[in-house]
Amino acid sequence: MTAKRRGAQLGMLAFAVLIVMGAYAGVGLGINGKVPSGMLGYGLGLGGLMLAAYLVLAKWAPWADPLLLPLVTLVNGIGLVMIYRIELSGQAGASATNQLMWTALGVVMFSATLIVLKDHRTLQRLTYTAGFVGVVLMAIPALLPGSLSEVQGAKIWIRIGGFSIQPGEFAKLALVVFFAGYLVAKRDVLALAGRRLLFIDLPRARDLGPVLITWGFAIATLVLEKDLGTSLLLFGAFIAMLYIATQRTSWVLIGILLFVGGAFLAGQVFSHVEARFNVWLHAEDPALYDAGGGSYQLMQGMFAMGSGGILGTGLGQGHPRLIPLSFSDFIFTAAGEELGLTGLMAILMVYALIVERGLRTSLAARDPFTKLLAGGLSFILAWQIFIIVGGVTRLIPLTGLVTPFMSAGGSALLANWMLIALLVRMSDAARRPPPQAIQDEGLTQVMQR
Amino acid sequence: MSELTLLLIRLAFLAVLWFFVIAAVGVIRTDLFGPRTAPAPARKPVKQPRSVSKPKKGEPRQLIVTGGPLQGTIINLTETPITIGRANDATLVLSDDYASSRHARLFPQDGQWIVEDLGSTNGTFLERSKVTRPTPVPLGVPIRIGKTVIELRK
Repeated sequence: MTAKRRGAQLGMLAFAVLIVMGAYAGVGLGINGKVPSGMLGYGLGLGGLMLAAYLVLAKWAPWADPLLLPLVTLVNGIGLVMIYRIELSGQAGASATNQLMWTALGVVMFSATLIVLKDHRTLQRLTYTAGFVGVVLMAIPALLPGSLSEVQGAKIWIRIGGFSIQPGEFAKLALVVFFAGYLVAKRDVLALAGRRLLFIDLPRARDLGPVLITWGFAIATLVLEKDLGTSLLLFGAFIAMLYIATQRTSWVLIGILLFVGGAFLAGQVFSHVEARFNVWLHAEDPALYDAGGGSYQLMQGMFAMGSGGILGTGLGQGHPRLIPLSFSDFIFTAAGEELGLTGLMAILMVYALIVERGLRTSLAARDPFTKLLAGGLSFILAWQIFIIVGGVTRLIPLTGLVTPFMSAGGSALLANWMLIALLVRMSDAARRPPPQAIQDEGLTQVMQR
Repeated sequence: MSELTLLLIRLAFLAVLWFFVIAAVGVIRTDLFGPRTAPAPARKPVKQPRSVSKPKKGEPRQLIVTGGPLQGTIINLTETPITIGRANDATLVLSDDYASSRHARLFPQDGQWIVEDLGSTNGTFLERSKVTRPTPVPLGVPIRIGKTVIELRK
């Protein structure tokens, strides 16, 4: 058994590309009974891109986990096919060509990260720089005037000319790096000091500082940028990493109480937050369904998944045009209609496997910073999927987050490819065999320190 | 395109999607039994040919961290020496103010694992006694380095 498992990796990668090509053909057959003419070029394009990513990985991170790249290829490809399909249905705004271009840029970003970052532990030295960069990126849209930063009520963009990016997507990577570096340094005091009350260990009051600051930051995001999703994402990531670092359940309880309390208060005070809660709780109310900014979109998504049922309507045979924004926030429901519960479960399994590979990397890592960074990045991916899938299925209030790798959206795609590059870099370090020491070196030469 | 063909395409696509998931799980299955460090390529012995065979009965196979922040970490033992310390290139990297950057080393010799302190500031302890020279490590006896406790297991 070779540990690099290059054969398995290449095989799975080819398999993923073939599935995507099959899906592409399926869309054409479903819509007009013909295999789309662009299929071969399209498949070769995606295959070529992924082959390039694979070659970079084989050269610069040869011991990396063999599954991360194929799994990501599959979800990214299925996202591409769904966007293509939605574009064919005539919904304005969906553009498969754009998304393919962003995927190519994502692969470039992935490769650049792997080539430039030879050792992820250099990031540990940049702990506070990363924290600063993260906060600045988060704050820019809040400080810009609404005309430059607001799209559909969420103030999370930088728009210059026809070009727009969402800096928050990159901020979350910087902030996870910061959390990891910070917690490695401060873990002991957060884990050990405190007293026991009933059955949980409570931390000291003065150690609550970092949690309170992050909490304030999350609430500020919620209020100033009207972005419940990112706020929940960042705060959740911090609490999860705090838990990984200290193994203290009390931090999780404190975190949940703080966030629920904060969100509840924000719901009382700010109308846009209240509207979100209202839509969630009373989505089936006909008055709310018809109201502007009401539950129309959410319910259309639920209807789509309902009409998909267990096996789906088949690719190209659903009605994604009826769901507003079905190519971005609601792509999961569009996939649910055409692939059914069976297909959605397979997609969720693929996501779960990506997260599992990340957590595995965290377990196998030999130093605390890598453990925390890999754990945090995997968690943020899982958490993001939970928030958006929970949102469109009405488990939790809907928040505008992208479905990683599937939704249309350049910033998110680039940032998530960078996230995967970081995980690949760390899994390479964790799986690499320890350096071979020179044998018969005697017992003395190691004395210098 | 007939209804039946479309139905078959639909079912086939879902089956292939799940087959991909199962294949991926198959690739990981080998990986489910502890973090595995890949076996290093065996070096050619220069002088006396040393047997690179599997560990014999009674020889340790794993190093387990039983206490401290890295508790639960398992390192599979090969013929390679294991270094422990705060330095980033150590096999087991400690983040512990009481550990030195190159704190201690474990290496195999004639079927035994030997622990050697590399001149650390706060010392390495085998059970209760300070390690002052290379000492053989029996199975299951704790080695304490700062806040970290490790032991060898079969």
